[in-house]
Amino acid sequence: MNPFSYVRAVDSADALRHRAGHEAAYLGGGTNLVDLMRETVARPEKLVDITGLSSAITQSDDGGLLIGAAARNTALAEHQAVRTRYPVLARAILAGASGQIRNMATVGGNLLQRTRCAYFYDTDGSYCNKRRPASGCDALEGFNRNHAILGASPACVATHPSDMCVALAALDATVHVEGKAGPRTLPLIDLHRLPGDHPDIDTTLDQGELITAIALPPLAFASRSTYRKVRDRSSYAFALISVAAALKIEDGRISDARIALGGVAHKPWRAFKAEAALQGNEATEPLFRAAAMAELADAQSLSQNGFKIELAKRTLIATLADLVGGAS
Amino acid sequence: MPLIINGSPAPIPHDPRVSLLDLLRESLHLPGTKKGCDQGACGACTVLVDGERILSCLALAVQYEGREITTVEGLASENGLHPMQEAFIVHDGFQCGYCTPGQICSAIGMAAEVRRGVPSHVSADLTADVALTREELQERMSGNLCRCGAHNGIIDAIRDVLETPETAV
Repeated sequence: MNPFSYVRAVDSADALRHRAGHEAAYLGGGTNLVDLMRETVARPEKLVDITGLSSAITQSDDGGLLIGAAARNTALAEHQAVRTRYPVLARAILAGASGQIRNMATVGGNLLQRTRCAYFYDTDGSYCNKRRPASGCDALEGFNRNHAILGASPACVATHPSDMCVALAALDATVHVEGKAGPRTLPLIDLHRLPGDHPDIDTTLDQGELITAIALPPLAFASRSTYRKVRDRSSYAFALISVAAALKIEDGRISDARIALGGVAHKPWRAFKAEAALQGNEATEPLFRAAAMAELADAQSLSQNGFKIELAKRTLIATLADLVGGAS
Repeated sequence: MPLIINGSPAPIPHDPRVSLLDLLRESLHLPGTKKGCDQGACGACTVLVDGERILSCLALAVQYEGREITTVEGLASENGLHPMQEAFIVHDGFQCGYCTPGQICSAIGMAAEVRRGVPSHVSADLTADVALTREELQERMSGNLCRCGAHNGIIDAIRDVLETPETAV
């Protein structure tokens, strides 16, 4: 780990002030950043500890929920409003990491965690365009069993590892940020990027911009929502495929739907095509199949991950069937 | 403000790179907390911070100023071992013992989560009281690996403690 200085920010303005003009990083629970620093993938000269910023989870004026970025993952998953009104979010968080890590990790840090592609971590002998731009991508012809099937580029086939973000993408969450230019909000689905020619850039945040909160809209029908995760072991593993879904069903027809997929792309993948296919139609298995086919129509496999295309379809169909069955 | 380790103050390390785990083992000579993977994958370094279980290998000590840290060395009282320690002995919850301090601290932190009603990945109902099934306990302890394979004894020990109302955990 390279030497660095450490400072604790008392509020967002203080954090921005400490961050300005330095090769600095904001530090939340450290569950990803400390590991990246130990592996010398990340080498900030200064850490600005932002765990003292708002961790409050409160009802917002529009009836939605405002979540301080310093809230711990466990605190969000166990919050009564999340459990009852946004079960997909509670289930996604509880499907990720371990009890210890969820107690440490902040919500803001969960958004900004980096891919677990093995070549990204292997500083000794691997090429990785995300770690070192224009060096090449060893995953293209290497161990890519759990890599992207949607939205990848020749420069990068890594996936975004978060479960929580998949639920937030489905729920139309917005992200509150503060930077040199002042505060702004952006949709969660616009926070993360597809890799294109610049896989070294994970998000659309400006240099030094700070995530201060996540906002959930009221989205009443999200009380009928769930998260399904498929992985190589039954717990404490990253997703091969995951599905976050919320359905509004009236008279047997789907009048509204929110769906996102995890483990498939460089960002949490909002499944707009599947949602459009469902809209207004009778909630039946053939419809779910058609929606899954529509969403995965452009999927492309690598040498080892071809199974993920079929797995994504089946997981999506099963998740929708669960929701129609009434499970939450 | 110092850290409070098992009730005693300890100074914040001068170098912010020092993990809580290395502070415990190398500076404070409390080797009970184990370094397994040093990357958050095995749970051997689990300690309690203000009663919550965390991984000390991923924790920079400097972040824990003023917090109450409890390691396996701090669990026993003048009345003897902690009930979770006793239960691990009774149920053969270990073989080589390397993962055991982390397992025990994790189990104690987990018990507090259960009492608080925190649901888990396998909870069918997110709002109901936690059912103390094997499946629930296995899921909640999945962040602690045991390469000897003592997991069944570990779950038996935890269940025993959680199902005995008079054992304050």
